[in-house]
Amino acid sequence: MSASTTSLTLKGHDILFPPLPYDMHARADLATGDDQLQRFINNATLSKDLQRREVCAQTFGDNYDAMRSLAAEIKQHTLDHLDHYLEQFVDAATGTGAHVHFAATAQQANEICVGIAKREKLTQCVKSKSMVTEEMRLVPALVKVGVEVVETDLGEFIIQIDDDAPSHIVAPMIHKDRTAVARAFERELGSPYTENPQELTQIARNHLREKYRTADLGICGANFLVARTGSAVICTNEGNGRLCTSVPRVQVAIVGIEKLVPDMNHLAVLLKLLARSSLGQPITVYNHIMTGPKRKHELDGPEQMHIILVDNGRTEILREETREMLRCIRCGACLNACPVYRKLGGHAYGAVYSGPIGALITPMFKGLDKYPDLPHASSLCGACYEACPVKINIPKYLIQLRAQMVRRRITKWPDRLFYGLWGMSLRHPATYRFGGWVQKQMFRAKARAAGTAGRGDRYTDRGWLSKAPGPLAGWTRARDLPTPPSNSFRYWWKMRS
Amino acid sequence: MFSASSIQCDRSMIGFACAPGCHTLCCVNVSLFITCLTDTFYPRTGIAVVKVLEHLGCKVDFPEAQTCCGQPLWNNGFAADAKTLAKRMIRVFEDAPYVVTPSGSCAAMIRDYYGEMFEDDPQWREPAQGLVDKTYEFVEFLIKVLNVDLREHDVQWNGDVTYHYSCHLRGIGVTDEAERLMAQIDGLNYMPLEKKEQCCGFGGTFAMKYPQISGSIVNDKVDCISQTGTATVISNDAGCTMNLSGACRRAGCDVGFKSLAEVIAEGMGLIDVDVE
Repeated sequence: MSASTTSLTLKGHDILFPPLPYDMHARADLATGDDQLQRFINNATLSKDLQRREVCAQTFGDNYDAMRSLAAEIKQHTLDHLDHYLEQFVDAATGTGAHVHFAATAQQANEICVGIAKREKLTQCVKSKSMVTEEMRLVPALVKVGVEVVETDLGEFIIQIDDDAPSHIVAPMIHKDRTAVARAFERELGSPYTENPQELTQIARNHLREKYRTADLGICGANFLVARTGSAVICTNEGNGRLCTSVPRVQVAIVGIEKLVPDMNHLAVLLKLLARSSLGQPITVYNHIMTGPKRKHELDGPEQMHIILVDNGRTEILREETREMLRCIRCGACLNACPVYRKLGGHAYGAVYSGPIGALITPMFKGLDKYPDLPHASSLCGACYEACPVKINIPKYLIQLRAQMVRRRITKWPDRLFYGLWGMSLRHPATYRFGGWVQKQMFRAKARAAGTAGRGDRYTDRGWLSKAPGPLAGWTRARDLPTPPSNSFRYWWKMRS
Repeated sequence: MFSASSIQCDRSMIGFACAPGCHTLCCVNVSLFITCLTDTFYPRTGIAVVKVLEHLGCKVDFPEAQTCCGQPLWNNGFAADAKTLAKRMIRVFEDAPYVVTPSGSCAAMIRDYYGEMFEDDPQWREPAQGLVDKTYEFVEFLIKVLNVDLREHDVQWNGDVTYHYSCHLRGIGVTDEAERLMAQIDGLNYMPLEKKEQCCGFGGTFAMKYPQISGSIVNDKVDCISQTGTATVISNDAGCTMNLSGACRRAGCDVGFKSLAEVIAEGMGLIDVDVE
């Protein structure tokens, strides 16, 4: 079985870790042929994208662009001086009584977290949504040492009990609807079948409340780290993050090093944009700023707070040429705006991060040779760049990755040969004209043979091909191909003067 | 009496006598960058662009040494080959005061990437920036440089149209310019497309390499086009037009495609009305 078809049989989080190198065609075929998936994803992304535009226009008006520039500058500045802010953060966080750990790789991060669980004899974990823990595959690592882990974000919870994988940075179950939830709840939780959203939420809540009460380990990520105060900030809409981080005895926040911002006033700018860009909300419902464990005079909160700062490939992206990519605040706006994501959903990207930003950072994290499709599976339409609250020029970087593939000869030789010859033919008007003429004769002959040669004058008498040879076969798999008309513009110009 | 040579030409008034005795034909010299696809596939658009610009008082030149801006190579990562072509473009249009092209995507190639391409090249940086600064997409040029108001030119074109907004216009800051011009054409009834902002799925070689994705995206557009019930789609980028018209034909959606340049030229009586 080829690697691309093997990836179709994967279940659970393995979906995000297919055999490498990953060929996305099989999953792309599947996704684009799945009417239900098309409907779910199209509706959800379109409405979220629209909401983002409306709310941002309402709040920021003509200053939307300036606001995005400001947010971009804040993140860029922090990344430019990341060593300084990391040091400041560690000092401040340690000062609050938190333990700060560094993990160079996903494996190290898991070892640290598992180590804490073992040392403290922790067995029951409630976890709020975190992308970096998906990167690390933390949950199976904890389960292996006997810790029961419950995802508490409603979407992630459903994904977990349905043995599925998240498919959107912000809305993990965007590819499912409530009938899938109803079936999973009936099967796994033994609750009576209902499709009523309120009832479903109540079932999940009852189930999860019990888990919070008994958990001894709370795990979360962080949307931001504030360097000056040593705080970790999580933004959730369900309040689950707050329960995860305040009820259990031991709290572990696992965070990518790029999440730093200098101070609270910078945080304010980013919180405004995060809520509006991700779900079109004026503000996220729960913005939880955690600064250290429970103090002596306090009645509740975790006894221990650990912060694991994860690199896992980030310092590699921190190089000046690609640093901008690390500005990402994981709002998912680029996914919602992307015509390709709207057709594929997240799983077709074969990695934890999907959509335009995933197409950039997945090859950066895992190797361009492992994900050769991702930089190319984009029409470079620029909707992502326009939506990005921190102005990451995604199309530009996708092109840079493509250039890297050519330089490192990951691009296959027939392609290199084809473009090499094409490029050469374009260097001189004579070869350009000759190339155009040959192409025209070929196409028009085929169209005549197929009986679709066009009518009209010699500047509009286009014909049509419904089956084209060579690299154009891909074109005609999806649509007809017009042929050039008899005469070119150049010919007209020449005749005229 | 004034003599033509003594007149100071005020370029804000192009299309009209800007001062007594001014022959407006002397006002603006424009070099046409036709682009590969328009040259071969949509020559009528090129013809329309020339005729409309001339009608508005420009002197149009077509440097025949031009070939391609290098976009297909650049977008596929063949940066060195693209650079060679970019240098050629810069040289060919060196003396042109304005470069006008009927393609937003080729204009965007120059404006978004030529600067970056030669950032570290002291010999080419300035000439490259020169081309960046003087390159315009046709519709954009009409509005931003010529300040054209079609209502002053009696443009009459009868029919229902819808309009495809090409993505690369985003990159060069063009938003509703075409729609503003359409509103100035007598008899033209514009019916906006649903999901106007969504890409048509062309993306150059993307359309060939990922036909399932590209096809699925363009079929979305075909649905939106059929919903408008119009007979004509205005599409100003040859790549988008090839993709959209091919998908409409495959789906049995019977619509004609025209560039806005063609519609304006027809509406001004500069070319015969074509029923495709």
